[in-house]
Amino acid sequence: MVLKIEQDHGRFRQIVRGRIKKELRRYISRGELIGKQGEKLISIPVPSIDLPNFRFGENQGGVGQGEGDAGTPVDGQGEAGAGQAGDAPGSHLLEVEISLEELARMLGEELELPRIEPRGKRSVVSQRDRYRSVRRTGPESLRHFKRTYRKALRRQLASGTYDPRNPRIVPIREDRLYRSWTETEEPQANAAVIYMMDVSGSMGDEQKEIVRIEAFWIDTWLKSQYKRVETRYIVHDAAAREVDSHTFYHLRESGGTKISSAYELCRRVLEEDYPADEWNLYPFHFSDGDNWGGGDTEVCVKLLQETLLPAVNQFSYGQVESPYGSGQFIKDLDEHFAGVEHLVVSKIDGKEGIVDSIRTFLQKGR
Amino acid sequence: MNTQLKPDLLRTKARVEELARSQGLVFDPVIFEMIDYSQMNQIAAYGGFPTRYPHWRFGMEYERLSKSYRYGLSRIYEMVVNTNPVYAYLLTSNTDMDQKLVMAHVYGHADFFKNNIWFSHTNKKMMDEAANHATRIRRYIHAQGLEKVETWIDACLSLEDLIDPHSPFIRRRAAAPAGGDSGDGEGARPLVRRLRSKDYMDSFVNPREYLKEQEQRLQEEMDRKKHFPEHPEKDVLLFLIEHAPLERWQRDVLSIIREEAYYFAPQAQTKIMNEGWASYWHSKLMTERLLTDAEVIDYADHHSGTVSMQPGRLNPYKIGIELFRDIEDRWNRGRFGKEYDECEDFVRKRDWDLDLGQGREMIMKVRQIHNDVTFIDTYLTEEFCRDQKLFTFAHNERSGHNEIQSREFRKVKEQLLFFLTNAGRPFIYVQDANFGNRGELCLWHRYEGHELQRDYAEETLRNLALIWRRPVHVETVLEETPTRLSCDGEKFTQEEVQTQV
Repeated sequence: MVLKIEQDHGRFRQIVRGRIKKELRRYISRGELIGKQGEKLISIPVPSIDLPNFRFGENQGGVGQGEGDAGTPVDGQGEAGAGQAGDAPGSHLLEVEISLEELARMLGEELELPRIEPRGKRSVVSQRDRYRSVRRTGPESLRHFKRTYRKALRRQLASGTYDPRNPRIVPIREDRLYRSWTETEEPQANAAVIYMMDVSGSMGDEQKEIVRIEAFWIDTWLKSQYKRVETRYIVHDAAAREVDSHTFYHLRESGGTKISSAYELCRRVLEEDYPADEWNLYPFHFSDGDNWGGGDTEVCVKLLQETLLPAVNQFSYGQVESPYGSGQFIKDLDEHFAGVEHLVVSKIDGKEGIVDSIRTFLQKGR
Repeated sequence: MNTQLKPDLLRTKARVEELARSQGLVFDPVIFEMIDYSQMNQIAAYGGFPTRYPHWRFGMEYERLSKSYRYGLSRIYEMVVNTNPVYAYLLTSNTDMDQKLVMAHVYGHADFFKNNIWFSHTNKKMMDEAANHATRIRRYIHAQGLEKVETWIDACLSLEDLIDPHSPFIRRRAAAPAGGDSGDGEGARPLVRRLRSKDYMDSFVNPREYLKEQEQRLQEEMDRKKHFPEHPEKDVLLFLIEHAPLERWQRDVLSIIREEAYYFAPQAQTKIMNEGWASYWHSKLMTERLLTDAEVIDYADHHSGTVSMQPGRLNPYKIGIELFRDIEDRWNRGRFGKEYDECEDFVRKRDWDLDLGQGREMIMKVRQIHNDVTFIDTYLTEEFCRDQKLFTFAHNERSGHNEIQSREFRKVKEQLLFFLTNAGRPFIYVQDANFGNRGELCLWHRYEGHELQRDYAEETLRNLALIWRRPVHVETVLEETPTRLSCDGEKFTQEEVQTQV
């Protein structure tokens, strides 16, 4: 049964969505959504959409009941009669849940991102059951009423037991038909995202926070575009290793920077687990661009050119501004790969730059 | 979906009903409907009226209710609607004991709705009326568009509580004179009636100071008549309906909102009494007659959950039921009146018993003539305050906590009455509809030591400006300074008021 409230509830959700969309850029650059993420839902603090009225200020006190001397705290929100519960003054937040899918859709609309066209061959075949035929046995819950009726009617007409003045159709066992499924094969596109991050001493907490926020939104978007998205994390300073996501965001190392080590590991991961003809591949690399001298950049370029770029949908490099200034690497990439469409670089100047950087990475629709 | 009671519950209903009647309760017929929790949440979100007009705030309330149900924070066992017949909704998942308890509780409410004087003017056909309102609002939505009507409803709702719940009982002003103004136009000087006297006596019979005084008084009166409205009016919504430049549909929506606000007002005015009364009766009927041995534990559990008190929170069920019991006890034993009050012998006072047996009669009378404010004002005694361990609390800026402030009887009562008066909302009046001779609307907040919350007040003014279509103001006190907050529909300004009214 559809409840009448659904309409009003739907309208309320619509208003909430409107609020979120209006504030989306702020949500993106502040990263306050991360950590509130569930499996499929995310809870978002939205400025309250109360109806305003004349009321007394917060913390009016009240009357309570119970033990205790003067001075005993009685929190748990004291209120009497119609007094209002109070939280922090002036900030009324409403936690609303929306699905990640919906969030991705808003992101797409806000940043005007094109849908990703999965590349032809890169999809595995999956089987799906579809109910599109009938058979003669089955559970009553799947009984095909119309077909059963028709069959019974036909039988009764043929056998002469049908009386037009008293059109009663009584189906017998043989008349009954049940819905049944057939297996169909459908192409299903999968994607793998490899996040690489420079954790050398020059990458501070703020830089990591930026990477984390970007990764969150990139994940959200790619998940909305592919059935299945796998994520792998690689950190590197002078050497690279694979880690889980928690370590990825919290690890702090010191030491030098050798980007090629990460690219080499990335290459190995792709080779082992994600054959290019089955997967849509998205390596992202974040660094402050301060690569170690001594020809490492040349090694990187070679790795990209020969193995990584031919395999991936898009290779993205984000250079995060750090207190130690910003390195040379982004210029080197620009120089070597001018005109290569599926290598995208973006310079992130701070939290305000996050929105633009996400758009740069995702706007090509690869 | 079948919402009717099953035969065994019908039998329970008949039994509870008969028992309630035999105890002297008087009520309109009650129709019980069995519904599941999502329907219950829906109906609760609509304030008891499944037929109510469409608006998102009901959806917001529904989301809140379903969430707290899902997380196991709260659960609505029952819902009663003040109509004739009384509609009461039961949750299908209640146990039989629950249903019995809830039915007894419902008959308590039904009796209260029928007998309490504050409900004597409520529309007992509200179920139909709400449906009519919904039809009208839907029609406007079709004609004007959803957004337009919704914005309008939002604006009206934010002024929803600016009504005068006492107005059904009093005539505040004479009906407007039929023939228009009685002719005292601008510039007319007030004429002071002199007593007849001989010339030489005139300065004694009609002393000049007196004449001057009278002239001044009359002048003031005339000035006030030029004032519009003549006296501050509390029913702001009515004033807007009568005087704001509205289109027909807008006026109709506003009057719908006002009508529903008046319908719900007595429930807010009698929350403690109503719940106390219903709890008193479910407890009495259950423990004296209805309970079977097997149900005692479940009953005790459920009942104590209903009347439990949490620290720092006053449970209207608890305070209500205890007060009714206290009154019954006092009038049974004659613990009232001058002699008792003035008795200083503690032991004698404690064992005071005149064996009057007037308790039942008394609480029946109390439930008839009081609302929460007068109820607390009249019957909250110092002994009761002490026995129930009541206290006032206040927010401590330094610790960031609410802390117990005092257990002094006078303070507790004062604080409690403050929260009950006008449903704990500020008193707002229409003061001047031609403010600054510019046709602007000025409201007046009757300041009594508590300031308005500024951001809310501003947003409310913005909504008021949408209705009045001219700049609007409210005179109030902000940060201990008499202040006039203004809104021209977009921007807010404030200025100090020199002469406080």
